[in-house]
Amino acid sequence: METVGKSFTRVDARGKVTGEAKYTNDLMPKDALWAKVVRSTIANGVVKSIDISEALQVPGVVRIVTCFDVPDIQFPTAGHPWSVEAAHQDVPDRKLLNTRVRQWGDEIAAIVAKDNVAAERAARLIRVEYEEYEPIVTIEEALAEGATPLHPDIRKDNIFVHTSFKTSPDFDYDKAKERAIEEYGEENLIEVSDTYRTPRIAHCHIEVCTSWAYVDTNGKVTVVASTQIPHIMRRVIAQALGWPVGKVRVIKPYIGGGFGNKQDVLDEPLNAYLSIVCGGRCVCLELSREECVSQTRTRHACKGVLRGLATKDGKLLAREGDIYTNKGAYASHGHAITAGMTTNFKDIMHDAYGCRSDGYSVYTSSAVAGAMRAYGVPQAAFLADCLTDDLCAKGGFDPLQFRMDNCVPPGFVASNGITYYSYSLKECMKRGAEFIHWEEKRREYAHQEGPVRRGVGMSIFMYKVGVYPISLETSSARMILNQDGSIQVELSATEIGQGADTVFSQMASETTGITMDKVYIISTQDTDVAPFDTGAYASRQSFVTGKAVKKCALELRARILDYASYMLGRPAEELMIWQNQICEKIHTGTAAASDRACTVTASSPTGAGTVTDAAPTGTGAADGFDTGNAAVRNAKKLALGGEYIDNTRNDGSKGESAKYSAWLDGKVKEYDIHDLPNGEAAILRDTGVEKDVKPGKALLSMEDLAMNAFYSLDRSEHITAEVTNHCKENTFASGCCFVDLEVDMPLGKVKINNIINVHDSGTLLNPKLAEAQVHGGMAMGIGYALTEELLYNEKGRPLNANLLDFKIPTAMDVPELHVEFLEMDDPMGPYGNKALGEPPAIPVAPAIRNAILNATGVSMKEIPMTQQKLVAAFKEAGLI
Amino acid sequence: MLKIVHMWVNGNEVELAVDPRESLLETLRERLNLTSVKKGCGVGECGACTVLIDGVAVDVCLYLTMWAEGKHILTTEGLKRPNGELNPIQQAFIDEAAVQCGFCTPGLIMTAVELAGTGKRYTREELRKLIAGHLCRCTGYENILNAMERVCGQEA
Amino acid sequence: MFDIEHYFEAKSVEDAVRLLTEHEDAEIISGGTDVLVKLRDGKGAGGSLVSIHEIKELHGVKILSDGTLEIGPATCFTDLTNDPLIIRYVPYLGEAVDTVGGPQIRNQGTIGGNVCNGATSADSAATLQTLNAVVVLQGAEGVRRVPVTEFYTGPGRTVRRHDEVCRAIEIRPEDYAGFTGCYMKYGKRAAMEIATLGCCVRVRLTPDGETIEEARIGYGVAAPTPIRCRETEQALAGKRVADDQIYELIGSGVLNEVNPRSSWRASKDFRLQLISELARRALKEAIRRWQNHEAPDAALPGRKGGDQGC
Repeated sequence: METVGKSFTRVDARGKVTGEAKYTNDLMPKDALWAKVVRSTIANGVVKSIDISEALQVPGVVRIVTCFDVPDIQFPTAGHPWSVEAAHQDVPDRKLLNTRVRQWGDEIAAIVAKDNVAAERAARLIRVEYEEYEPIVTIEEALAEGATPLHPDIRKDNIFVHTSFKTSPDFDYDKAKERAIEEYGEENLIEVSDTYRTPRIAHCHIEVCTSWAYVDTNGKVTVVASTQIPHIMRRVIAQALGWPVGKVRVIKPYIGGGFGNKQDVLDEPLNAYLSIVCGGRCVCLELSREECVSQTRTRHACKGVLRGLATKDGKLLAREGDIYTNKGAYASHGHAITAGMTTNFKDIMHDAYGCRSDGYSVYTSSAVAGAMRAYGVPQAAFLADCLTDDLCAKGGFDPLQFRMDNCVPPGFVASNGITYYSYSLKECMKRGAEFIHWEEKRREYAHQEGPVRRGVGMSIFMYKVGVYPISLETSSARMILNQDGSIQVELSATEIGQGADTVFSQMASETTGITMDKVYIISTQDTDVAPFDTGAYASRQSFVTGKAVKKCALELRARILDYASYMLGRPAEELMIWQNQICEKIHTGTAAASDRACTVTASSPTGAGTVTDAAPTGTGAADGFDTGNAAVRNAKKLALGGEYIDNTRNDGSKGESAKYSAWLDGKVKEYDIHDLPNGEAAILRDTGVEKDVKPGKALLSMEDLAMNAFYSLDRSEHITAEVTNHCKENTFASGCCFVDLEVDMPLGKVKINNIINVHDSGTLLNPKLAEAQVHGGMAMGIGYALTEELLYNEKGRPLNANLLDFKIPTAMDVPELHVEFLEMDDPMGPYGNKALGEPPAIPVAPAIRNAILNATGVSMKEIPMTQQKLVAAFKEAGLI
Repeated sequence: MLKIVHMWVNGNEVELAVDPRESLLETLRERLNLTSVKKGCGVGECGACTVLIDGVAVDVCLYLTMWAEGKHILTTEGLKRPNGELNPIQQAFIDEAAVQCGFCTPGLIMTAVELAGTGKRYTREELRKLIAGHLCRCTGYENILNAMERVCGQEA
Repeated sequence: MFDIEHYFEAKSVEDAVRLLTEHEDAEIISGGTDVLVKLRDGKGAGGSLVSIHEIKELHGVKILSDGTLEIGPATCFTDLTNDPLIIRYVPYLGEAVDTVGGPQIRNQGTIGGNVCNGATSADSAATLQTLNAVVVLQGAEGVRRVPVTEFYTGPGRTVRRHDEVCRAIEIRPEDYAGFTGCYMKYGKRAAMEIATLGCCVRVRLTPDGETIEEARIGYGVAAPTPIRCRETEQALAGKRVADDQIYELIGSGVLNEVNPRSSWRASKDFRLQLISELARRALKEAIRRWQNHEAPDAALPGRKGGDQGC
């Protein structure tokens, strides 16, 4: 590939280093009114009355609305695509302001004033009378007998949803254990049974959650918001207001980080409402940092009650888990995160007998849990990898070997049909172990004394790309040719810091043949203008939107070549675009097309496809296909009609998927073929790359073509393309983390001496940006492991909702971060790519936890492993 | 009641009527439209609003505009040359992929300008301490440190 | 905007005293890193401020004629850490305030504010305790000198009266000459941190470097106010530094003299562990520094720190 795969500079870098890139509040009109949300000072109860009379007297106050004034409409806030099936729709369990208080700081009124001082003075004068109930902040409190149901209109108790997943319908852990005893004898089994916990944490994007809203001259309420999901937000605002969607417009400028918090609709519907009740005046609703930490969304705290069984020689037999998540006061993303967590716990390891994992999402009177980077999988990985290492510690297994033997295998097919196509998890593990000097360090650290001890630890993960088939994956793209031969690319996939705009530009350049400097991506999404996309989440955009970009670029290319054909009087098939020039296409293939015809008869992406050879019987086998499975045989047949490209992995072994080029539809094109576990092959992807061609003589510049297309008196044509791509494909990404650290036991201090993440994320679109993305995830994982936790007092009030007391790592808390990738072209990805945005945050915390276990022999059962918890554990173990 | 403050902002003499209750963060953003100065917390915990006052890096969310009387203020808007050419620090942030969401970037660049202005060369560990007043959730600081090293590191 | 009723810019200490006397609701603001944070949080909202930010005479470090170090309270932490006199005579004080927040906050926050806000977690507190520092207060009724060991009356409370302005912090030569010291801050992360515990241990050894002549131990967060551990200090006097028992002695001795509380930030048990462990480590480092010839003589007036032998 010419452009994809190269480390282009970010397209927004200049704007960001000059400070010229405009974020939401940078664009706010100077005359905007200031809104402040009035929040409950109890965690659980009902607002009986609100007296605003004194507050209204404060000079500068424009309007005060309370929970008794807002429309009687309940709405959901999740950044999910709408479901046309009622059963799958998100649960509407809140209003713009609520009389039923379900968390400390719940939104009960809002003040609009001319400035923040007036709003704050008024807020202090609002008198609220409550009927107060016991706070139920923890999972245990919410599930206790007699606990107040927080949403009696929706659920009779505080269990939002309970799901149960099993590797097979008849699997039962206790029966599996009986069978194991019979088969291996009790003395030859290792079992671990324990409870592990992860904390509630905050996203801590550096830009706070903010928006401003006004009613435009056309009557539309327009909300400029710091969001990852402008089109979803538009729909939710409409729903919350009871307005038609077309009367709502959302604009998303640059945003200062989201990490999933802005994959939810937060106070934007309230902001729209406040503007409407102020006669359409512009109202700004900027949350404070404190509000952002504890009153927006958080990562689910979870508790996993787990059991695991292995043989004494290191074969994983069975596991089960009951996983409870604290979803806080409102449904937000519903049960999706918990379900993902339990599924992932089950799937990351291969249990010979099977695995069961039950998930319980539990309403509590505390901060709402929603999406956060990797959507439940960091919790799943922590639970799974604690259990794994505790089994290893008990059985004396090497944790690396145990994972090699028992982790998710190549060709894994999930129960919902997602297939793990390009697989390099084990190679990632090998590489990580090599980097950290695993064996050498395990030996070196085996016998230590004294207060400071060292250890190595590891963790693995697997992550599906996007939300198909659980939910809809759809995306649109638009491209417009300018007079100078440059193009605009318009999407509603959002740049949130991850580099989306840059890689989309690379994709557009790659496929159109127009160079990067002539590709202009529109970074701001305006739902009145930008084509539909659901936004930035699930590490989906480079994969799902990437397919739309590619499809759109192919279409634009075809239109350009069609016009070139008209101008040059030559068939479009003889032309190609190469670096902003229409060139002659030169075929470099060595044989004639007629020798090589064959047909693809099925290409179902998730089912088994077959390839039949319609060509004259080939003679002689192509090289490199000496294994005997059907996919390779079929591939071989196809290969007779084309060129074998490569199916070699980084370690030299042969992979399960490969690229072949073949004559199809009379053209040499490149296709991906993949072995399916049942032994058949699927043609998965037209890679869009024409093989065996190269650019010849330049015939016409793009600029000349564009000027003609615009202004020709004979044939004026404004060349654009707009497509929708409904994505019904998926695959898995994976990877691992290895850590070498030392523990100063008397002080409970952990110092990371060496750390690496190795990722299996398919083909990298932009290696430098990919690496940077991993750095950030690793730092987030370090905070998750050691310091981050949102705490509450006994009244259900958050204690540390600010950046001083909620401890995200500073530059002094993060060690040098090492990153490697084992790139394998994934046949599902538009350019061989798969998820990378979220995964880096997943494996770090369990790897640190397992390294502490290796260093000290102490098995920590929960994160964050704060200094205080470590000291207590070391004291209990008699180490200090 | 508004009061008059005189100061030099990005080399230009400025005379402004301000509310004495304003932080310099608010004055720079709202009265002078210098929106590179970001607000991330309002209490000196994140460093996003860092600007140089008489050459010293300050969180201007905790700096009353009244104190700026007679002072020289430098924000990221003041770094670019008139011909549009970037300051070497800005270029280093671009080249090292030290920018992601970009919200902490202007503040960090101002700290880098302060450090480069000392003429000293710093070790990577020293740089970690010197940028510890800036929180970044995107980068893990790795590439930011690489960029800083290019302009004021010992290896540079 | 901050919710301030009136803002006054004091031209001098006398001016500040007058403004404070005239305005009952007014609070002093110096660096602003505490006062403005509280104001934003609604504490003292609607009150007035008397700013001493621009009073030049309150900045900088001087040597008085008797060798006393006089620290201007409006000196910011960064300037204190980099001051040649501080580096020469009380480097551990410079190190202590170099652990406050992050670099920008250290450019803004002042030593006077750190003392006068009365916080037990102030990073200068443990060290100033061991230095027997004197807080010079000027009020409507004149000037008084209060030893820092008698300055605190409770969490966030001090003997400073509403109309009094701290005009200097003094450290006498007998309190720094011949001593080395080490401040250890313990936090949950390495920067941008409130001390979970702060410990300063200072020693003066016999000229042969083998015996402790005097030890001083100060803590922040080991009690509701900054404290000294005088019994343990006395127990250490006369002990040989080569004897590892001194570490046991300090580590267990201090536990009888502290009174930490449990809070959500840290439990009492954990703080006790830190109190003991940090004292051992700080003592070790202070002794190492003494043996490394880092203890200063008394300062001579008129000399800058940089041009004087040690």
